[in-house]
Amino acid sequence: MVMGAAAVEPSRADAAWAVLSGVMDPEIPVVSVVDLGIVREVREEGGELEVIITPTYTGCPATKQIEFDVRLALDKGGFEDAALSIALAPAWSTDWITEKGRAELKAFGIAPPEGAATSKRELFSGDRNVQCPHCGARDTEMVSEFGSTACKSLWRCRSCREPFDYFKCI
Amino acid sequence: MRNKAESPLFETCLRLGDTALILGQRLAEWSSKAPNVELDIALSNQALDLIGQARLFLDYAGRVEGKGRDEDALAYHRLDHEFRNFMIAELPNGDFAHTMVRQLFFGTFAHLLFEDMRKSSDAEFAAIAAKAEKEMAYHARHSGEWTVRLGDGTEESHERAQAAVNALWPYVHELFTVDAVDQEMIDAGVLPDAGVLKASWQADIEAVLARATLSVPEDDWQPEGGKSGRHTEHLSYLLAEMQVLPRAYPDAKW
Repeated sequence: MVMGAAAVEPSRADAAWAVLSGVMDPEIPVVSVVDLGIVREVREEGGELEVIITPTYTGCPATKQIEFDVRLALDKGGFEDAALSIALAPAWSTDWITEKGRAELKAFGIAPPEGAATSKRELFSGDRNVQCPHCGARDTEMVSEFGSTACKSLWRCRSCREPFDYFKCI
Repeated sequence: MRNKAESPLFETCLRLGDTALILGQRLAEWSSKAPNVELDIALSNQALDLIGQARLFLDYAGRVEGKGRDEDALAYHRLDHEFRNFMIAELPNGDFAHTMVRQLFFGTFAHLLFEDMRKSSDAEFAAIAAKAEKEMAYHARHSGEWTVRLGDGTEESHERAQAAVNALWPYVHELFTVDAVDQEMIDAGVLPDAGVLKASWQADIEAVLARATLSVPEDDWQPEGGKSGRHTEHLSYLLAEMQVLPRAYPDAKW
């Protein structure tokens, strides 16, 4: 946080955050990389800006695309001089998805992660009764632990009979 | 001549990275031929997780080595005897039961290892472990549930699952061996002591096998050598397929 003069008018960091809020996830184009918790920090020191992002899953094929999209948005938004770094630690968690992000996932037809990320090794302990993003029913069942991407599992609703993706807790 | 003077950290990066890479390549062989579309997707996603972990370890290996080799140079331009993966990773997939039991055996080991490695004195290892730990928990659970379904399923699925457990059991031994390289890394607080993890692994696996109505094999022969570059013949065939394009067209970009 920059104190003093910068507190009066919006800082460059705030302006950069605004630009980054417009960068959508390539796989889920309705949720921004900010709301997914991928942008960790915008650091401002001595007029120098550094944007820090973190990958979600280690093998996520969208990681490169996200990096590219963030760079492009920064360049177009007048932040050509901002440095872009990738930080592995702390490890990304679904706990970082914002309330706004969760609402947008649901509106897009993807059930947002429910509850906090905890250990997932106990057999047949898959998240129970995930709420169907289509009809809101909780009479749902998991079809497969891995959905269209590693970050999602595949579910079906017994009430409206529709299939849906659930964003897994990690 | 083989260079024996590599650093233990470089060697350890290769062991972890190569194991993830080779197992990822094996799982990718299931793409388009798994028993159903959901499993096809699940196995491909697990392959992606492993290849992602491999990239992180091999990229780090390249930086530790400091000879200008990046993750691709290490993955595509080394020979079989230069690979340091555990042999269990290179064994052919076999049937679906074999693939699931291996994923259970290895996934449980990797989860326990990474859980501890989050506290590694090496910041890079700690960061990779914190991510990989979450991913491997899902692999262990997915394969554990399938081991129960197959073991406690039909007569045929039970027989196949038991055959897989028996065939893979000897290769588990190597996961828990501690050699001089490991010991140096353990003493430096970089690597957890795999020997200490064995008891937890055994308890977890015995619980899953009991639920699957499968029996725990007696310890028999205990092959080892993958960690020091002595592999089964299966690795060479796998590498031939994995490396053919970058070797034939070294500057290929796509």
